[in-house]
Amino acid sequence: MVSGGITKFAKAHPDMDFRYMVKQAFDYAMNDVPNLTRDMIDGSVASYFSDHFTRQLKAASMVQDYLGLCPKPSKRIEGGGATGGLCFQAAWEAIASGRMNVCVAFGFETMSRVSTWKGNEFIAHASDTNFDYPVGGFYTGYYAMMVRRHMHEFGTTVEQMAMVSIKNHGNALYNPYAQSPMKLTIEDVRNSPMVADPLTMLDICTMSDGAAVCILASEEMAARLTDKPVKIIGIGAGTDSMRMADRPHGKVILLPHESESDYKNLKYPGVHSFRGGRMAAKQAYEMAGITNPLEELDFVELHDAYTSSEIQTYEDLGLCKYGEGGPFIEAGHSTLTGKIPVNPSGGLLACGHPVGATGLMQAVFAFWQLQGTIQKHLGNDHLQIKNARRGLIHSHAGTGTYITVSILEAV
Amino acid sequence: MSYEPGAQKIKLPETEEGTVLFNVDPIIIKHHYEIDYIHSYAQDSPFFAGLTKKKLLGSQCTQCNYKFATPRSHCMECGAKTEWFELPLEGKIHTWTTCYFGSEEFLKETPFTLILVEFEGVNTLFLSRLVGVEPGKAKIGMRVKAQFLRNCKFKPTDVYFVPA
Ligand SMILES: [Zn+2]
Repeated sequence: MVSGGITKFAKAHPDMDFRYMVKQAFDYAMNDVPNLTRDMIDGSVASYFSDHFTRQLKAASMVQDYLGLCPKPSKRIEGGGATGGLCFQAAWEAIASGRMNVCVAFGFETMSRVSTWKGNEFIAHASDTNFDYPVGGFYTGYYAMMVRRHMHEFGTTVEQMAMVSIKNHGNALYNPYAQSPMKLTIEDVRNSPMVADPLTMLDICTMSDGAAVCILASEEMAARLTDKPVKIIGIGAGTDSMRMADRPHGKVILLPHESESDYKNLKYPGVHSFRGGRMAAKQAYEMAGITNPLEELDFVELHDAYTSSEIQTYEDLGLCKYGEGGPFIEAGHSTLTGKIPVNPSGGLLACGHPVGATGLMQAVFAFWQLQGTIQKHLGNDHLQIKNARRGLIHSHAGTGTYITVSILEAV
Repeated sequence: MSYEPGAQKIKLPETEEGTVLFNVDPIIIKHHYEIDYIHSYAQDSPFFAGLTKKKLLGSQCTQCNYKFATPRSHCMECGAKTEWFELPLEGKIHTWTTCYFGSEEFLKETPFTLILVEFEGVNTLFLSRLVGVEPGKAKIGMRVKAQFLRNCKFKPTDVYFVPA
């Protein structure tokens, strides 16, 4: 990876359409690598989730021409909430296969064009429309049922969930790209309106408008473009059944630092854990040669659409064992000064979640962290993790149906 | 183009329709869109037919015997054909939530309670609504039984659960 750019995530950007939002992030990324000219770009991969929100089929073609990238190759990647992570990996594939030397991954979403509850209806159509949606399709409801079971299996508490909200909204106070920086208390989170029991308004990310761009290049080209490239050393992805009711109750997929005896009585994944996240992590760790993620990673940017999913994801990623996610946040391990900062950017909870841009935004933040350029790009260095060598980004779709994990390393 | 004197002016018919305007800088207008689909339940149709007879039909694998609580005409475990079997009409709550907000279509029905039902001897769960329990008062492990709408709508909400 040689550059990145973000168009501020906001409730609405009525002054810019999706083409202009991407253009802003693209120009930022291009300006950051002056040696890169547009003719050196071999093609692009586009990331946006919903044709409903866009009210425009083939919207990526309109971005491609707006950026002046025609007639170079391009395609759209779509995979729900994981669209951005999948797009990032598609750009990596274009480079790794040798098809391209420079590939632009661009992502956006324009969610402000309908009311919040119509937006929730659109998103709920990413659940089985024969059997799940008509029963009362609502993603917050689905995740509420998942964490309710997590609480039952492991004793996770709503206060532990609130701590995730406090941490991520607090980190975002230092991130000018974030939509909802806030200083919060456990009471603030628990007293905010109940959306789907036990998840309150402050346990949930918001809908947003925004865009993000990553520029990836071959090693040889990267060396010509920048003296601070970041290497992608691990790629993994996983899936699970569309209907969460269909998830099996079997055995845990083990990471190298775990053993079968850790989970004698646990039925897995059920609806309490994300099997696809574990699969993605396992593949990415194998490729990167990581055997103890807690020790071998310096930070994580993960898909915290809900406070509960951050806790569940600590476990899927093996930062702790299954069942230890609640105590993990309670002990402060994932705070900025903890063992492994998680979502130093503020995550989805505080940055916002313009779906197609989100996974790429995580990559841009990870890139800046590993370059050591947070001060330059954010205007302050509060969120800069000292000597960050390796970071993990994690993108996640609908109740865990698609999940990606990518690992980046400073060069 | 040059102005041609004497060229006939062509008028489009005028209508009473207008545009809802939210803002002028930038210009933000209301854009309407809706559609009716011609939707087939295809191989899952017997499940919906079952609801009209007050039956819950699950899918059992003809090879590995895996039992799915939802329709699936091929086994997710081994890929073989499944056959229909009748699910018990009683089970227990595996997990639940009460929704105080929801998708626009269901907002008027809030608060409503969603449950995943666990059936004895069946490998997977079943999503439904719980009726007859105060919002926020469901419990994991609570015994529930199926009830059916008298007039079917051929929707999964033709069945719902109440305390057993
Ligand atoms: Zn089978």
